[in-house]
Amino acid sequence: MASASAFEYAPAPESRSVVDIAPSYGLFIDGEFTDATGGKVFKTVSPSTEEVLSEVAEASEEDVDRAVKAARKAFERWSALPGAERAKYLFRIARIIQERSRELAVLETLDNGKPIKETRDADLPLIAAHFFYYAGWADKLDHAGFGAEPRPLGVAGQVIPWNFPLLMLAWKIAPALATGNTVVLKPAETTPLSALFFADICRQAGLPKGVVNIVTGDGRAGAALVAHPDVNKVAFTGSTAVGKAIARTVAGTRKKLTLELGGKGANIVFDDAPIDQAVEGIVNGIFFNQGQVCCAGSRLIVQESIQDELLDALKRRLSTLRLGDPLDKNTDIGAINSAEQLARITALADAGEAEGAERWSPACELPDAGYWFAPTLFTNVTQAHTIAREEIFGPVLSVLSFRTPDEAVAKANNTQYGLSAGIWSEKGSRILAVASKLRAGVVWSNTFNKFDPTSPFGGYKESGFGREGGRHGLEAYLDV
Amino acid sequence: MSDARLSVFKTYKLYVGGKFPRSESGRVYEVTDAKNNWLANAPLSSRKDARDAVVAARKAFGGWSGATAYNRGQVLYRVAEMLEGRREQFVREVTEAEGLSKSKAAAVVDAAIDRWVWYAGWTDKIAQVVGGANPVAGPFFNLSSPEPTGVVAVLAPQDSSFLGLVSVLAPVIATGNTAVVIASEKAPLPALSLAEVLATSDVPGGVVNILSGRPCEIAPSLAAHQDVNAIDLAGADEELAKELEIAAADNLKRVLRPQDVDFTQAPGTERLTAFLETKTVWHTTGALGAAGSSY
Repeated sequence: MASASAFEYAPAPESRSVVDIAPSYGLFIDGEFTDATGGKVFKTVSPSTEEVLSEVAEASEEDVDRAVKAARKAFERWSALPGAERAKYLFRIARIIQERSRELAVLETLDNGKPIKETRDADLPLIAAHFFYYAGWADKLDHAGFGAEPRPLGVAGQVIPWNFPLLMLAWKIAPALATGNTVVLKPAETTPLSALFFADICRQAGLPKGVVNIVTGDGRAGAALVAHPDVNKVAFTGSTAVGKAIARTVAGTRKKLTLELGGKGANIVFDDAPIDQAVEGIVNGIFFNQGQVCCAGSRLIVQESIQDELLDALKRRLSTLRLGDPLDKNTDIGAINSAEQLARITALADAGEAEGAERWSPACELPDAGYWFAPTLFTNVTQAHTIAREEIFGPVLSVLSFRTPDEAVAKANNTQYGLSAGIWSEKGSRILAVASKLRAGVVWSNTFNKFDPTSPFGGYKESGFGREGGRHGLEAYLDV
Repeated sequence: MSDARLSVFKTYKLYVGGKFPRSESGRVYEVTDAKNNWLANAPLSSRKDARDAVVAARKAFGGWSGATAYNRGQVLYRVAEMLEGRREQFVREVTEAEGLSKSKAAAVVDAAIDRWVWYAGWTDKIAQVVGGANPVAGPFFNLSSPEPTGVVAVLAPQDSSFLGLVSVLAPVIATGNTAVVIASEKAPLPALSLAEVLATSDVPGGVVNILSGRPCEIAPSLAAHQDVNAIDLAGADEELAKELEIAAADNLKRVLRPQDVDFTQAPGTERLTAFLETKTVWHTTGALGAAGSSY
């Protein structure tokens, strides 16, 4: 937000030369890149410039079937491998990710639109850490608490979203392989590239053919994968609406299912909270990754007595955020992932205004090309407002207030979702009391949006079921 | 026909919110023994009865889930105590319901009582077994602990009218959930009698609600109910189970699919963990930590 101040920085762009993007990519099936049957392709663009980055094969139902067959064939040997050997493959993958992390960070920023400082400092270290963590489980499954010699399920069909393309891949593939399953993964239509680069990492690691298969395409390919009769396990991260459709599809089958769906996280700030830290946490909670985070703290629930003070501090802080070229190392806010997503955010923010909430954004110039949305704050929001109920999945924060802790809890829980929540207070007993009453799978106290491979993540209510990460994340891939 | 004493029949009723109502519909159906002799008229629950039961279960959830695990264990153990005292009654009812010999029915009832004791002991241990501290790479104290998912609809097994019922019900409430149970359709009487035991065992009203009737009539409204958090399809046949699982997707209920279970065998923890959520709480620790402390 280019207000002239002491915070002006000269542009500091990260070099694109570390990434070599091919003009076209095929599907990765049975260890080979192959064209889609019928030869259909689609383009993937850079959201910050609308530049076409590459053409990618669009998988048909037949291609999905080929991938599942390859995974089924590979399952026999992969699952029979001693855990210690599987572990070494995963350790190799983790190491190669570390070696290629600069390349992958730049690639992800180009294809997704998120700032390089987030791909470089948040995504990639976590991605490598996930493979390291689950690598270590591969030869210790007997000790994981799921009985002696727990068995893998078979072929895992995995469908992931566009907000953290490579991180969601790591969350899905690392535990699946560690437990001896084989994988067919469909990345999101708008962010397929890092998954295809991961295919190359599998090649470098010498992973047996067919253990990991990547099928690119849109929702139809995902639906075909989920419905495939020879898939034993379905894992999905994405919207609640699609999650419900998937739950209906697998009904009456023996497929094991985990769903990581939407959220409408409450970030509760008590009057004894450290204000400056809380402001940082609020900013991190809703503007990290342009708010395109299922566990984003999209509802700020602040104690009435400090509301004005907190909002002043928050607005001051927002005015220092820099929006623009995601490859610039000083950029805080990058591009929205797609024109479609931008339209959805715009429509919901407009609905907020139409319903009487008060809209505020810092002075902010948006680039001419690409998909951009200024960080936005709504005050005078009630629980009945659309923006307080629906997941916006963008940089839009709704502010509500409360007087008593009970009221804060009631408002925080007044949602169909139950993925995340935040508590800001210096009083330990209050934090523990409120945390125990919140119906959410992850509660951050005096911090927000923290992730770690050892820590289970997942939702209550319509935020889905199952947990990813930690020991709990193994269960989804084991016959227990 | 001189002095033979005429026995007193029992009017079997539903168990909802700690009370024993008749079905709101005023309907009953004939329950017979294995040889088709009339045993009793059981309430034929309506969808309204099912909704009332959900309301009662929701109301009871806060208190029951908030009770200490130790307290819940005491209450579950009390159920076993009360059952032991009524052992003969349940042996007779199971004999009639399932057409078993008296000795086999006695074994079933004993196993069911022992199962309550087993689950009573689980209430204050499951959190230690499935929860724990996560060693995250950063200055945070991070704990995962299990919490009950909420109101659980339970389709009790059709063929094991008492041991099966206890085996699916006890784990649901042991972990702090509240339950709406549809008893075995053809053999509901042991379940309805269990309600009398629960009512006198310190189990708060509404924690367990027991309905008798046709699963195909009342289960769909439970599966589609927006205030039910999970459903155990133990007693559903394949076709009904699929229909209910589809309905359950509407609010993403946790679904436990029907499976072949030998209820005489020791149960694992699956039925305990099926209706638990894992909550992970992070707290900052700053730079100080015991491991890095110099004293």
